[in-house]
Amino acid sequence: MADVPNDAPEHCPGTSSDQAGKSSACQGCPNQNICASGAAKAPDPAIEEIRQKLTSVKHKILVLSGKGGVGKSTFSAHLSHALASDDSKEIALLDVDICGPSIPKIMGLEGEQVHQSGSGWSPVYVEDNLAVMSIGFLLSSPDDAVIWRGPKKNGMIKQFLRDVDWGEVDYLIVDTPPGTSDEHLSIVQYLSGAGIDGAVIITTPQEVSLQDVRKEIRFCKKVKIPVIGVIENMSGFVCPKCKNTSQIFPPTTGGAQRMCEELNLPLLGRVPLDPRIGRSCDEGRSFLTEVPDSPAAVAYQNIVQKIRDYSSSHSTPDDPC
Amino acid sequence: CAVGILDVDLCGPSIPRMLSVGKPEVHQCDAGWVPVYADPQQKLAIMSIGFLLEDSDEAVIWRGPKKTALIGQFVSDVAWGELDILLVDTPPGTSDEHLAVLENLRKHRVDGAVLVTTPQAVSTGDVRREITFCKKTAVKILGIVENMSGFVCPHCSECSNVFSKGGGEELAKLTGSVFLGSVPLDPLLTATLEEGRDFLQAFPESSTYTAISQIVNTVLSSLDA
Repeated sequence: MADVPNDAPEHCPGTSSDQAGKSSACQGCPNQNICASGAAKAPDPAIEEIRQKLTSVKHKILVLSGKGGVGKSTFSAHLSHALASDDSKEIALLDVDICGPSIPKIMGLEGEQVHQSGSGWSPVYVEDNLAVMSIGFLLSSPDDAVIWRGPKKNGMIKQFLRDVDWGEVDYLIVDTPPGTSDEHLSIVQYLSGAGIDGAVIITTPQEVSLQDVRKEIRFCKKVKIPVIGVIENMSGFVCPKCKNTSQIFPPTTGGAQRMCEELNLPLLGRVPLDPRIGRSCDEGRSFLTEVPDSPAAVAYQNIVQKIRDYSSSHSTPDDPC
Repeated sequence: CAVGILDVDLCGPSIPRMLSVGKPEVHQCDAGWVPVYADPQQKLAIMSIGFLLEDSDEAVIWRGPKKTALIGQFVSDVAWGELDILLVDTPPGTSDEHLAVLENLRKHRVDGAVLVTTPQAVSTGDVRREITFCKKTAVKILGIVENMSGFVCPHCSECSNVFSKGGGEELAKLTGSVFLGSVPLDPLLTATLEEGRDFLQAFPESSTYTAISQIVNTVLSSLDA
């Protein structure tokens, strides 16, 4: 059964919820008996469908953060660009930030639409070997708001994984919204058959960010996703005039470095603040090709190499070899 | 002025840390849950899931319906007492938390929303959707604040537009909203918030504080009007 059947009431908790059939919102719903009996909670057949669909995808990497505004989408986009710079690799970027889909703009694909074909939805190609999917491509106006509760967001994510015709892919990068909620649980649930190589966690140096990021790391442990490592973004700013460095987001509790030491996780790198990053993103161009020699671009490339190294030395949990 | 802050960011509750109220417990009284007070005079009351977690690193891994239920309790079951203003801090998005807050506050009056953006287009791109959310849910938009608006180098005073420039004001014009003002990037503000110090006491001459005060005054006047 769908997470939220078409005939479900407004506050339907979702057919796979503990409250399915039992919540006050379920009164009067035609599916109430089915849900209450537990029949609707049988493993979602989509998990197996997705496993089969994604056998052509070699590596699946999540980009997570507990905190908003730390640069997840910026990193996901540039990770994808960097991996795609190798013409022999096929890269896919999936944006599951349903309410705030930034990937189309950052990839210079605003206004593009998704096409349906016999084999499913076609993603939008920004390069021959770099495909992108986002709810942004399904919205007709930049003002459209996606005012959806959890169950409907979950349904969309299932469709993105099951119905998009990704083809043969070396890396599937999944960009997520901040938090540890529906989107994150759904991605993990729907990929439980296909397997996830690991997660990259983004933070900024200050404690208010790290506090949320520690929760994200706990989430990964709980759902058994390996953490590839942590990236400290917005790590210092070099004044273009006097060249002095300022810590705009001060690492009051030791920054990502101390957190990684405490939690025994790799610190993949630190990326300094660079106004040219924001500008490139706003213009839909890759910062790595615009300003390749900048300290930020160099930091990014080093981090990407570590992710490549991790991927080639690890296989997904369900991979027999 | 008695103020309440309701923090409905259940996955990433930052308010307790920023107001340095550490880990006090939330008690029950006859009228409901007692909020945590940030000051001895009890003029600033706070409720956040941060106070309900045993371990502050514990992740709140909840789907929408559970978040909706707790937010309902936060609105209805907290004994706020007499307040001049109740501020609700929300996570990014247009989803369960936002709908839950509005549904529960409807029976009381919602004066409006202040929307915060940073200057660059990637940010204003999402805030445009938040504006639509407000219009669709009939929440008055009190105005738009452009945060992280420029950084003045403490060494040479050069102003750098770290996250671009002007997006907040453009967004306000584009959508017919009031532009409330800009707040610069200020490491002193971030550090004092994290260290639990009072920013105004520590840096009374700060232009950041002036910027924030002006915005607050504009919002308060629009509420009185």
